[in-house]
Amino acid sequence: MENIYDVIIIGAGPAGLSSGLYASRAKLNTLILEKDKTGGQIVTTDEVANYPGSIEDATGPAIVARMVQQAEEFGAVRKKDTVLDVDLEGAIKTVKCLNGEYKAKAVIIASGAKPKKIGCPGEVELTGKGVSYCATCDADFFTDFEVFVIGGGDSAVEEAMYLTKFARKVTVVHRRDELRAAKSIQDKAFANEKMDFLWNSTVDEIKGNGIVESIVFKDMKTGETTEFNAPEEDGTFGIFPFIGYEPLSHLFQGKVGMDQGGYIKTDDDMKTDINGVFAAGDIRVKSLRQVITAAADGAIAAVQAERYIDQL
Amino acid sequence: MLAVDKNTFEEEVLGSEGYTLVDFWSEGCEPCKALMPDVEELENEFQGKVKFTKLDTGKARRLAISQRVLGLPTIVLYKGGEKIAEVTKDDATKEKIKEMIQVSLNA
Repeated sequence: MENIYDVIIIGAGPAGLSSGLYASRAKLNTLILEKDKTGGQIVTTDEVANYPGSIEDATGPAIVARMVQQAEEFGAVRKKDTVLDVDLEGAIKTVKCLNGEYKAKAVIIASGAKPKKIGCPGEVELTGKGVSYCATCDADFFTDFEVFVIGGGDSAVEEAMYLTKFARKVTVVHRRDELRAAKSIQDKAFANEKMDFLWNSTVDEIKGNGIVESIVFKDMKTGETTEFNAPEEDGTFGIFPFIGYEPLSHLFQGKVGMDQGGYIKTDDDMKTDINGVFAAGDIRVKSLRQVITAAADGAIAAVQAERYIDQL
Repeated sequence: MLAVDKNTFEEEVLGSEGYTLVDFWSEGCEPCKALMPDVEELENEFQGKVKFTKLDTGKARRLAISQRVLGLPTIVLYKGGEKIAEVTKDDATKEKIKEMIQVSLNA
């Protein structure tokens, strides 16, 4: 007979790993699917300072490694596979992947979100060529170079400060005249000598032949544009956009209820509008997208999945 | 996979006659580490046809930039020392790397 899991969790970030921990601890036969790096967005974060208990060795990879170990100790199975399609109706759900098809009684969607793109000309072409959404991956390339961070929220300013450890100068480009980041983060940023700020500005275009060579800013108040060219001795510079996130929910479009932004709607028990299908973490409509809320969602989703399976 | 560095890159990659693939990665790059087992599988698949190497850019930053690599992960395919194709960031998946190699081998 073909193997039917109790629960399949799509995504191995903090929400998926917490779901996996709670589900497997409840003796559910649990499969966690991840197509990419285990840990989701948090694994590319240098320091997670606001997750309770994460004081020593609080890097993203260290926290994720502990979450994985904990989930696996209770018996959760992890597979690296890419979900292509899902059939969520009925008592047995099917998850079609690149390397096979998996079936389960319940599904927890924890596929998360990814950084939003600016949407300006040149951005896509020059990604990996000076444009980066992963500071821990690419900061090193910009040692002693100039870097621009686009955005004014917590992640933008925190990533900008991380980049000051490498770059000669880091300029935060923000469309408003004040930051949105938490006050404590702002204080550190303003005190950092390597940080500079370009207010009321957006990015109009990124140019370069194979690598980033210039960036065009637009002043929101005057409409004027200015172009920054790579210093000749450097030849290039870095651009790190952190202007928010978009949900990785296209696979579930038309299958699970979503808001206009593509975030999945759930009730307080993480239930979607399909029986036996739950959502957890950044993929949900919610007010705070953090490791701690992802982990909490994951726990609730797993407990509710267990209750749902018990009633089948 | 053969680990190359700033001293051996010239000989092992640029001076190599046939197809050579370079996996540009670094210790700090988690997506690179997640991808590497896939690249190792492809190495087995293309054994005898493509030479697989990896370069830790953390110790060869200038070399990487000279190869126009400014973001990780980046997988570059060389033929006779000339860069002929590459995939980077979201495109650096097992499927797309395989496609890149196949297209180049059949060209």
